[in-house]
Amino acid sequence: MAALNLKGITKIYPHSAGQKKAKRKKGEPEKKTNLQVTDQGVIAVQKFDLNIADKEFIVLVGPSGCGKSTTLRMVAGLEEISGGELYIDGQLVNDVEPKNRDIAMVFQSYALYPHMSVYENMAFPLKLRKMDKAEIDRRVKEAAEILDITQYLDRKPKALSGGQRQRVAIGRAIVREPKVLLMDEPLSNLDAKLRNQMRAEIIKLRQKINTTFIYVTHDQTEAMTLGDRIVIMKDGFIQQIGTPQEVFDHPANIFVAGFIGMPQMNFFDAQLEVSGGKYAVSVGGCRVELSADKQANLTAHKVPAQSITLGVRPSHMVLSKESGNTLTASVEVAEMMGSEVHFHANANGRDVVVIVPTMDAKGEHIDTFHTGDKLNLTFSGSVCHVFGKDGKNLEF
Amino acid sequence: MNKRSLEASRKRMTVYTYIALILGALIMVFPFVWMILTSLKTVPESMKVPPTIFPQEMIVTNFGDAMKSLPFLKLYLNTGLMIFFRVICAVAFSSMAGYAFAMLEFRGKKLLFGVVLVQMSLPSQIFIIPQYQMVAKMGLANSIFALVFPGIVSAFGVFFLRQTYMGIPKEIGEAAYLDGCTQWQTFYKVMFPLTGTSVAALTIFTAVFAYSDLMWPLVVNSDLNMMTLSSGLATLRGQFTTNFPVLMAGSLLAMLPMVILYLIFQRQFIEGIASTGGK
Ligand SMILES: Nc1ncnc2c1ncn2[C@@H]1O[C@H](COP(=O)(O)OP(=O)(O)OP(=O)(O)O)[C@@H](O)[C@H]1O
Ligand SMILES: [Mg+2]
Repeated sequence: MAALNLKGITKIYPHSAGQKKAKRKKGEPEKKTNLQVTDQGVIAVQKFDLNIADKEFIVLVGPSGCGKSTTLRMVAGLEEISGGELYIDGQLVNDVEPKNRDIAMVFQSYALYPHMSVYENMAFPLKLRKMDKAEIDRRVKEAAEILDITQYLDRKPKALSGGQRQRVAIGRAIVREPKVLLMDEPLSNLDAKLRNQMRAEIIKLRQKINTTFIYVTHDQTEAMTLGDRIVIMKDGFIQQIGTPQEVFDHPANIFVAGFIGMPQMNFFDAQLEVSGGKYAVSVGGCRVELSADKQANLTAHKVPAQSITLGVRPSHMVLSKESGNTLTASVEVAEMMGSEVHFHANANGRDVVVIVPTMDAKGEHIDTFHTGDKLNLTFSGSVCHVFGKDGKNLEF
Repeated sequence: MNKRSLEASRKRMTVYTYIALILGALIMVFPFVWMILTSLKTVPESMKVPPTIFPQEMIVTNFGDAMKSLPFLKLYLNTGLMIFFRVICAVAFSSMAGYAFAMLEFRGKKLLFGVVLVQMSLPSQIFIIPQYQMVAKMGLANSIFALVFPGIVSAFGVFFLRQTYMGIPKEIGEAAYLDGCTQWQTFYKVMFPLTGTSVAALTIFTAVFAYSDLMWPLVVNSDLNMMTLSSGLATLRGQFTTNFPVLMAGSLLAMLPMVILYLIFQRQFIEGIASTGGK
């Protein structure tokens, strides 16, 4: 049993004396993130509200510097919480030492103890808890079994590969049977193939050990495949919380829409029109009436006609034989992916990506296009995402 | 053709390198050889002008005389104890202070570290008078403690181990903290064991320095029975203003343990010196 409640958690990194001066002098040349800066310091995480159910797998995802690690480290107890309240199982733990929070963490850099063997690494947290030898042995062996590292128990971490080290790091975390298992980009030091493999292992691991997970990544594939719910963050703020399907189908704003999904969603400058109580979008001579559920959402919010940013995912763009009521695009690059082709094209002044299968259902090859060719594109009313000028999804 | 000339020039370089190294070795070794030869000469021969290289009349009584004029067992013991305690103190306190400077955040850290740096950059001789006064006021002159006193903390050691601790990823300490270590347990169970090479280097460095330290032992311990090898030998110069053979014999005796230790720990010794970047 371990439910977590994060209530308005905020983290302010105070300015250090040197930093302030340096920043003023340099005039802040590098600015990767747009974190809010106050007199007190840099606000790395703001008003983080999240209720995590017992045994839920939560993924925090977002671009570099958005405050994912900071949030995780506050839950772990490695960073002081500047504001807000953190409850584990209903108990306020803001000022509780990490060892009494019953959490374990897996670091990106593994952070194994180099002078201890794999066995000793995994036994270490248990020894500190003065557990008896037989029980330690049982738990270490069991975890090693789960993670398939039994044959390396006598080795030092130096003699292991990256993937094996990561397993040991996970092993060290799970032997304690913690209430909450925190992972900070555990796979980002591995090569692509191993990462895919370990991702599957983590899914399996989750079925074997029953605990609450909070997993940090900047990789949206990991987020989509692992999470029960995803928390998308930017500049210290939560952008959206939802299941992978929810955030994919109903992104709350342009940022989420662009962040989730590969290749990225296409965006167009378009008009939202209302006629006879029906909403439609029109972009570059192409007018599409929105689907019934979208109509209902927009009507419920009494959204007026306005200029909008229209989002359509690449796989939802359809090639049309006719040229009436379509969006014309000129092909710039065609990437052959095997079963599909990605066309990078220019339509209505914006770059778009269109994914087209190379074969139709009957196995007939579809005509391919070359640089400079014109495409006639359409899309249905159910795949349109309409964002207002402030970037928010108008359906919300 | 080209390849052959390249090979030839490489060979020539090797020859030059060897000649340079042999010359260097001769220059380094000569004082030792001279010391051995002098210790076997009679007093008049040792002062002859022009000097002889090989003793015309070889005698070994100089060694006996040296042992008679100095309490050698005591000197060995004093030197050994001084080195032992200085090493223990340097390693223990430098490790703790180095860890604190590298890993912990506390008020006045920058200032305190500045003090360490300043102390390191000043010659140790300027501290001798105040240090002597401190020891004398405590009434502890002429004791082993007096010999150890200036080596209790080592600014160099603090700096050196701080650098080592800085090189250890912070996550390891954080992992230990999450695993349930207290600050002290993190230090001695996880961090300290990772500094083995640096601690070995500091040990060697401290030991060699303590062994060859002359000024402080001479100043603080005037009782011959509380002297170290180096200061004891220095008194020989006073008693026998001109008896070089006995002095050389004594020096050889004093060198013996160090030479034996060096032969045993040659590898660690060289690695240690190389890793400190000193000398
Ligand atoms: N000790 C600190 N002092 C001041 N600012 C900090 C400190 N640690 C982190 N920050 C700032 O807080 C912000 C959030 O950092 P955080 O490490 O949580 O990002 P992240 O989302 O984990 O990014 P990444 O994907 O690169 O790991 C960053 O912009 C960073 O510059
Ligand atoms: Mg991070």
